[in-house]
Amino acid sequence: MEREAVKSIIESLLFVADGPLTLQRIQEIIEGSSREEIRSAVTELQEELEHNLRGLRLVEVAGGYQMRTAKSNADWVKKFLGGRPARMSRATLETLAIVAYRQPITKAEIEAIRGVDVDGVISTLLERDLVRAVARKDVPGRPFLYGTTQRFLELFNLKDLTHLPTLKEMEEVTLPEPPGEEIPVESTEEC
Amino acid sequence: MTTRVQLEIFDGPLDLLLHLIKKNEVSITDIPIATITEQYLATLEVMQCLNLDVAGEFLVMAATLVHIKSRMLLPAGGDSSEEDEDEGDSREELIRRLLEYQRFKDAAEQLGQREILARDVFVRSGSPTEEVPVPNLRELSVFELLTALRRVLERLPKDNVHEVTLDKITVREKMTLLLDTLRAQSGVLFDSLFATVKTRMEVVVTFLAMLELVKVRAIRIFQAELGGPIQIEAAAGMDQAPAVLVTADGEEQHGT
Repeated sequence: MEREAVKSIIESLLFVADGPLTLQRIQEIIEGSSREEIRSAVTELQEELEHNLRGLRLVEVAGGYQMRTAKSNADWVKKFLGGRPARMSRATLETLAIVAYRQPITKAEIEAIRGVDVDGVISTLLERDLVRAVARKDVPGRPFLYGTTQRFLELFNLKDLTHLPTLKEMEEVTLPEPPGEEIPVESTEEC
Repeated sequence: MTTRVQLEIFDGPLDLLLHLIKKNEVSITDIPIATITEQYLATLEVMQCLNLDVAGEFLVMAATLVHIKSRMLLPAGGDSSEEDEDEGDSREELIRRLLEYQRFKDAAEQLGQREILARDVFVRSGSPTEEVPVPNLRELSVFELLTALRRVLERLPKDNVHEVTLDKITVREKMTLLLDTLRAQSGVLFDSLFATVKTRMEVVVTFLAMLELVKVRAIRIFQAELGGPIQIEAAAGMDQAPAVLVTADGEEQHGT
């Protein structure tokens, strides 16, 4: 099959697909094509969209490929879709980060790192399908071990877990710039 | 005189400590324990004044800090070598925990800066074909559901005159329970959902929870044949629906 035709078909498939599409799945559909053919067509499509400043981007995410809107158009798309912007609290992000880097991990282990109860956060993450119980730990009480989901990769635009930004080594940790926040340590007498 | 109070909500004692360390422009590995302890306790006091719920973890950390501080004040006498070690241990342990927590705070920040789906980038919304029911299953009408509900209510023991409804189960809790059940197993039967339910109130709450979940399209209710057993299963696009549940607490859930 002609190269342009393959590219065209792939674009159509990606448009219709509900989630990230794997190369294998595409290859199954376009019979007689080689994996290499598919891969290079996808890459070419990716570059075309990028270079022509199109409104869509082809991103590799969660083990497959997906059409997503260009980040530069976010405000317009949000305006069109309306509704509340997706927001994630600091507690949610921190808990998610701990699960992502330390999985599989128990609730107690997360709490040991964060220094606070994470019951509420974990159930929110479970409901949003961002983490899931993957096993039970072989210790008294047999607590659940949690890990991240496919949905987590999709949400954070990650190819797979190995593409998480590397966690800084303890020694390398540098303190961020002191912020201008005020904290009323002197006003305790007043109340 | 007016006191302007500006207080961040701290996620926990470690969060507060890191804030103080940053504010004092000192390094985690070289904390001036006396100063930090003082400021930590002062902040706690303000939080209590403001009637903020100061969780137990904050108090445990306060005790730890005071303990480390008091140990440091003791003369390093030869006879208390064991206690010196103890002081060093809890101080080191604290530093280790702070460093560890700082790493994940940084990691969380990095995650938050990524191109997040539905915030920075968007995908086409799911096609309507997603909602097409599995073949051989038919969607139920509300009347059929109500009939099923009446059957459940009729099954309840009639003689519960002494029923005390202290155990208040909210619709929200039931919704969570039902979602948990559906996450654990692919589907449940309508009747088994009510099998362990003892009171009228609980039946109604369970039923309302079910309807609420149908409304936000988190679950689907099916029947293989007219009059057959009613089945409940998680909807295909389940990830979006519960997110609505979480954020729209108490508010009107938006329809379809």
